[in-house]
Amino acid sequence: MFTNFPFFPEQASQQAANVDALYFFLLAVSAFFSALIAILIVFFAVRFRRRSDTEVGEAIHGSLALELMWTFIPLGITMVMFVWGAVTFFHMTRPPQNAMEIYVVGKQWMWKLEHMDGAREINELHLPVGRPVKLIMGSEDVIHSFFIPSFRAKADVIPGRFNTLWFTPSKAGRYHIFCTQYCGTKHSNMIGWATVMEPAEYQAWVAGNVTGGTMAENGAKLFSDLSCNTCHLDSGQAQGRGPSLRNLYGRQVLLQRLETTVADDAYLRESILNPQAKIVSGFQPLMPTYQGLVTEEQLLQLIAYVKSLSDAPPPASAVKK
Amino acid sequence: METTAPTAPTLNYLNNGYGLKSWLLTKDHKRIALLYLWSITAFFFLGGFFALMIRIELLTPASDFVQPDTYNKLFTMHGVVMVFFFLIPSIPAVLGNFLVPIMVGAKDLAFPRINLLSWYIYVLGGLFTIVAAVTGGVDTGWTFYAPYSTSASNSHVILAGVGIFITGFSSILTGLNFIVTVHRMRAPGLTWFRLPLFVWAMYATSLIMILGTPVIAITVLLVAVERGLHLGIFDPALGGDPILFQHLFWFYSHPAVYIMILPAMGVVSELVQTFSRKNIFGYSFVAFSSLAIAVIGFLVWGHHLFVSGQSTYAGLMFSLISFFVAIPSAVKVFNWTATLYKGSISWDSPMLYAFGFIGLFTIGGLTGLFLATLGMDIHLHDTYFIIAHFHYVMVGGAIMGYLGGLHYWWPKITGRMYPEGWAKFAALNIFVGFNLTFFPQFIVGYLGMPRRYAMYAPEFQIYNVLSTAGATILGAGYLIPMIYFTWSLKGAAIAGDNPWGARGLEWEIPSPPPTENFPASPIVTENTHQYAPSREVGIV
Repeated sequence: MFTNFPFFPEQASQQAANVDALYFFLLAVSAFFSALIAILIVFFAVRFRRRSDTEVGEAIHGSLALELMWTFIPLGITMVMFVWGAVTFFHMTRPPQNAMEIYVVGKQWMWKLEHMDGAREINELHLPVGRPVKLIMGSEDVIHSFFIPSFRAKADVIPGRFNTLWFTPSKAGRYHIFCTQYCGTKHSNMIGWATVMEPAEYQAWVAGNVTGGTMAENGAKLFSDLSCNTCHLDSGQAQGRGPSLRNLYGRQVLLQRLETTVADDAYLRESILNPQAKIVSGFQPLMPTYQGLVTEEQLLQLIAYVKSLSDAPPPASAVKK
Repeated sequence: METTAPTAPTLNYLNNGYGLKSWLLTKDHKRIALLYLWSITAFFFLGGFFALMIRIELLTPASDFVQPDTYNKLFTMHGVVMVFFFLIPSIPAVLGNFLVPIMVGAKDLAFPRINLLSWYIYVLGGLFTIVAAVTGGVDTGWTFYAPYSTSASNSHVILAGVGIFITGFSSILTGLNFIVTVHRMRAPGLTWFRLPLFVWAMYATSLIMILGTPVIAITVLLVAVERGLHLGIFDPALGGDPILFQHLFWFYSHPAVYIMILPAMGVVSELVQTFSRKNIFGYSFVAFSSLAIAVIGFLVWGHHLFVSGQSTYAGLMFSLISFFVAIPSAVKVFNWTATLYKGSISWDSPMLYAFGFIGLFTIGGLTGLFLATLGMDIHLHDTYFIIAHFHYVMVGGAIMGYLGGLHYWWPKITGRMYPEGWAKFAALNIFVGFNLTFFPQFIVGYLGMPRRYAMYAPEFQIYNVLSTAGATILGAGYLIPMIYFTWSLKGAAIAGDNPWGARGLEWEIPSPPPTENFPASPIVTENTHQYAPSREVGIV
C-alpha cells in the first residue's frame, strides 16, 4: 500500500531546481532557528528549574545590545529571502519571446486546452521537452488555478481576464495537473495530466490530433461569421468604420486624448467584450459589445486570428507582460 | 508560602445570585466572561466535530465516507466556526473580559452594558450560522471567494454571511470597551509601562478589531448584495471584479490572524514571567512589538494574491512588508526565551503550554517566511503547506496560549485547582497529537497536494493517514481538560488567593473575586512581575 515515502515532487521543469534551491535555503534557516529556540528552552528549563518553593528568579530587565542583535540579524536574513524570492519570481513571471503559446480555458470542472496549430485536449496537456511554453488562461465561470507541482508552476485562472503561466519542461513523463482554487462540488476532480514528450514524438502527436484547422483559421471564420470584417477592413488601405487589425498585435495603439496602450491579449479581450473602454484615435464608438455572444474559446480564437495578421513579430520593445 | 489551608471567600461573583436572570442580565465582566466561555466551548467542539469528519474522509484517497458536496460544506463550516466563533473571541472575550478590568485595578469594563450586548450579538450571529449549518450548510470555504460565492454556489451563503456580519459587531464592541478601559480606568500609579503585557496585547488586538472588522462586514454585505440583487460588484459576468473581493476580504482577514495570535502572545508573556518568577526580558520591546504587529499587519494582505495575477510590483511590496511583520514576532520569541535565563522555572501545566506555544509558534512563524518569499509561494500557494502553516499558528499558537491561560487563571476564575497530573498528561497529549496531525501536511503540501480536495492522488495517502492518527490523539487531548475542569468545580482543592505565588493585581484579591473586584481602588507602586529586588542590567 505505502511503497514509497516521497519528500519532494519530481523536478520536471527548468525552474523546478531554482525553486527547490530556495526551498532548501528556507528549510535550513528554519531548522536552525527552530532547533536554537527548542534547545535553549529545554536547557534553561532544566538548568534553572525551581529548586525550592520560595526561590525567585533574578531581576534582569533586558539588554539593548541583545534586542538590536535579534532584530537586525533576522531582518538581514529575511532580506536575503526577499531578494532571492523576488528574483526567482521575476524569472517565473516573464515568459521568453519564443515561447510556444497554448490556450487554457477552465470551467466547472474541466480544463480545455488548445494548441495554436489546432490540436485540442481536455484534462490532458502534451508538451515537448526543452521548449518554453506559455499558457494563456481564462475561465468561463468561477476562479480556478492551474498547478503542475512537478514544474513548480501555478497561476489563478480568473473569469474576465487572462493570466499567463510559463515553464520549460525538462524531462519526459506524466505529471499531475491540479486545480488549486476551490471551485465547487467537483473541485478535486478538476485534475489532469501533463505529458512531456521528446520533440519528435510531440510533432507526431500534434499531426495526429489536429482537427478542423488551426486556432487562427477558426478565428478567421468566426471573424466573418460575426461580421467583424464589415467594419474592420483587412485591406490595409481603405479606411473602414473600425481600425484595421493588420500588424496590430503587440504594437502601440494611439487612443483618444493622446493616451496609448499596447495591443496585447488583455487589450484585445477588452476591445471585444467592452469596446467602449478604449477608443482608437480617429474612430467613433460604434462597436457593439460581444459580451455573451462569444464563448471564452471563441474569444481565444479571435485573438489568435488577430495575432496571425502580423507580417513580422512585433518589436521587442513594445511587448511587455 | 501559606501555612494554613486556603479558604474561599464567603461572598464572591459566583454566589452573588443564582437564578438564570442573574446570569443573563448580568453586567459583571467576570460573569460575561463565563457566558462567553460556555458559548465558545460549544462552538469549539462543533468546529472540532467538523474537523474529525474531514480527517475521516481523508483517510483514503477516494471520496467514500461523505459525498464531495458534504465534504465541501464540512471544511467550510469548520473554518467559519473555528475562525469567527472560536478563535477570534476566545482569549479576548473570555480571559480578556475577566482580566482586563482586574489587571488595571478597575471594578468593571468602561461600558458594562455594551459588554453584555456584545455577548448577545455574538450569540445571535452564532444562531444564524448554526441555522445555515443545519438547514444544508455553506460550501464556499470560509474565504467566500467571488464569483463562486455570489453566482455559482447553491448553498446558504447569505445566511452564513449575515451570521458573520452580526458577530463582527460583538468584536468591535469588545475592542472598544478594552481600549476605553485601558485609557481611562487604570488605577493610580499604574502607568502604561507598568501594565501587564497581557493588557498591552489586548490593547493591540482591540485596535485591529475596531479598524478591521468593519471591512469584513462590508465585504460579506457586498457578497449578499451581489448574490441577492445581482448588482455587479465582484462577478465579471455582471461587470464586477473578482480580485476586488480578495483585496477586501484579506484586508480584514490577514489582520484577523493577529487578532487570534496577539492575545495568545499576551498570555504567554504572563505565563513565562509567573512560572520563572522573573520579570520579562525587554519589557518595552515585547509591549511595542504587539503594536508593531497590529500596525504592520494591516499592510501585508496582498501576499494572499501572489498567484492571482496582481501586478508583480505590488507583489514585491507585499512580500517585503510581510517580512517586516515577522520581525516583531521573532523579537517576542527571543525575549521569552531570554526571560527563562536565571529564572526559577516550574514545570506546572500552564508553563508546559507556554513552552509548547513558543516551540510551535516558532515553526508556524518560520514557515510563514516561505509564503512571504515570492518565488517560493507560487509552488506552495493553496496547498497543504498553507494548511499546516496556519494551523501551527492558530492551533499550535492561539489554542495552546488559550489553554495555558485557562489553566493559569482557572483557580482565580473558579476558586478551585484542577488535577495537575491529568493536566500535564493532557498538555503532552495535545503537543504530540498536534505535531503528528500537522507536520506531515508540510510535506504533502510541498509534494503538491491542494487544499479543499475531497479526493486526492494515492501517493499522498501515507501523510493523510498520519494526520488522521494525530487528529485522534489531539481530539482526545482536548476532551481531557473538559472533563477535569468540570469535575474541579465541585471536587478539587480550594485554590486560595495566589496558588502560583504570582505577582499581579489579579492575585492580590480573593479567588473567586468579589463582584466589585477591589474593596477600594488599589494603588500600584511597582512594575509588573517584580519578584526579586531590581538590579541594574548586567549582561552584554
